[in-house]
Amino acid sequence: MKWLQAHLGLVYLFLYGPIVVLIVLSFNRAGLPTVWTGFSTEWYGKLFANQKIINAVQNSLIVAFASTVISTVVGTLLAMGMEERRPHPALEALVAAPMIIPDIVLAIALLSFFSLLKMTLGLHSIVLAHAVFNIAFVCTVVRTRFKHFDRSIVEASIDLGAGAFTTFRRVTLPVIAPGVIAAALLAFTLSIDEFIIAYFTAGPGSSSTTFPMQIYAMIRFGVTPEINAVATIVMGVSFVLVFLSQRLNREAAA
Amino acid sequence: MTVRRFLLLAPGLAWLTALLIVPCGLIFVLGFFERGVYGGIDYTFTSENFTRAADPLYAGIFLYSARIALTAVLVSLLIGYPAAYCIAKQPKRRQVPLLILVMMPFWSNYLIRTYAWIVLLNREGLINGALQNMGAIAAPLPLLYNDFAIVVGLVYGYVPFMILALYSSISKLGPELSEASTDLGADGARTFLRITLPLTLPGIAAGSVFVFVLSIGNFVTPDLLGGGKRTMLGNLIYDQFLTARDWPFGATLAFLLVAVMMLLLTLQAVLVHRSAGAEMRA
Repeated sequence: MKWLQAHLGLVYLFLYGPIVVLIVLSFNRAGLPTVWTGFSTEWYGKLFANQKIINAVQNSLIVAFASTVISTVVGTLLAMGMEERRPHPALEALVAAPMIIPDIVLAIALLSFFSLLKMTLGLHSIVLAHAVFNIAFVCTVVRTRFKHFDRSIVEASIDLGAGAFTTFRRVTLPVIAPGVIAAALLAFTLSIDEFIIAYFTAGPGSSSTTFPMQIYAMIRFGVTPEINAVATIVMGVSFVLVFLSQRLNREAAA
Repeated sequence: MTVRRFLLLAPGLAWLTALLIVPCGLIFVLGFFERGVYGGIDYTFTSENFTRAADPLYAGIFLYSARIALTAVLVSLLIGYPAAYCIAKQPKRRQVPLLILVMMPFWSNYLIRTYAWIVLLNREGLINGALQNMGAIAAPLPLLYNDFAIVVGLVYGYVPFMILALYSSISKLGPELSEASTDLGADGARTFLRITLPLTLPGIAAGSVFVFVLSIGNFVTPDLLGGGKRTMLGNLIYDQFLTARDWPFGATLAFLLVAVMMLLLTLQAVLVHRSAGAEMRA
């Protein structure tokens, strides 16, 4: 058991070591990976002065916000519908599919489909595409909330004369709300970090470049200290969102 | 179906049908058409794309991708199994936080996690620098832009899935069977090989299929850590769509990727089914 625990420790080191290295380097004055030349926040300053990055972040926020709103509503409704009675296996498969299918396949499928429709590509097409996997994710997360849901309180509410909407607002929603918020946070995180599908569905031109697309361009250009600063911020935001989401869902489940 | 249930399901069903089923069906159909002169699609039937995919050049890329993906699977298994086993043997209340800690990196940006390995592995990178400072090596080792770097990147990205899949299998295992085996005189290694390993086969299969499929279709890691020198299936599909602009052939390759994935998932389902049957009989 001792060596197993040591191994587990090494696995965590493997998972978090590289992330910690990036965070430390982002504050290194020289920006070089091998020598520590003193604490500095100048790389962050450079970042916030870079108009390309600012634009890309704005685009990503728009896409993530829009696809999160759509997928939270649609995915929650889907989850409610699926929980009313045992769903058909085909329906289960349909919801699982976007999470299993390789990103590149979904990316080229959507690109082909959009161009067949002669649709102009841009931020809106990324939103449509991101909602596909986010609906599936939201639906799956919200459905786990229904496992703790006592259906008889809905019947009681209806027996007492409440309409369908009142029952939803006063009975169902309060029970599933933590799951819905947790799902929305995860959807936002997934969308803001998603690269491949956005890359294929953004269309030509730089006006709809999202943040991960900008990061990809920077990485291909070469290792620069600026990327370390970007990495630190992105990691920080993702971890906070996921932490909040986990917290919400766990407290509610207890 | 009640009206109410229909209204709840309709928006989601419509979205997934229009933007998942139809586009994926389109990919299947596209593979049977010819490439247009200017990179568009010429709607005349052909089976040439499938014959072309069997060409040694492309078959070679397919085999190379499969080999890299399989290596990533094996390394993930070797790293992931003991880790999952250790988590499953912890006190109950510590298991969930430990798993969340494993999955946390998955929720952050994949590009940045890949980039971290460029920083670690390049010639002036942290690992080469540290080894040189210690005097262990005279010249920097070629750690980046090769198969090794690609496998490291894939394992780093996907080992959390492997651990999660293995954990769900291992944690279902009660202590009774291993105790019985030990009582009957089997040593630890024998108990593990004859009892624990076969019973956790569904988890091994699920994790392996996951890592394999994600790896073989990946184009970011070969591009960034392989230095774009080696082409994997994902890069090939990418090139057909964005560089060569031969969409029908790209669609054929994507279709083959999905076909391999479906085949593996079916095999895995059969395996799970059979082992469930074996457990019932036991």
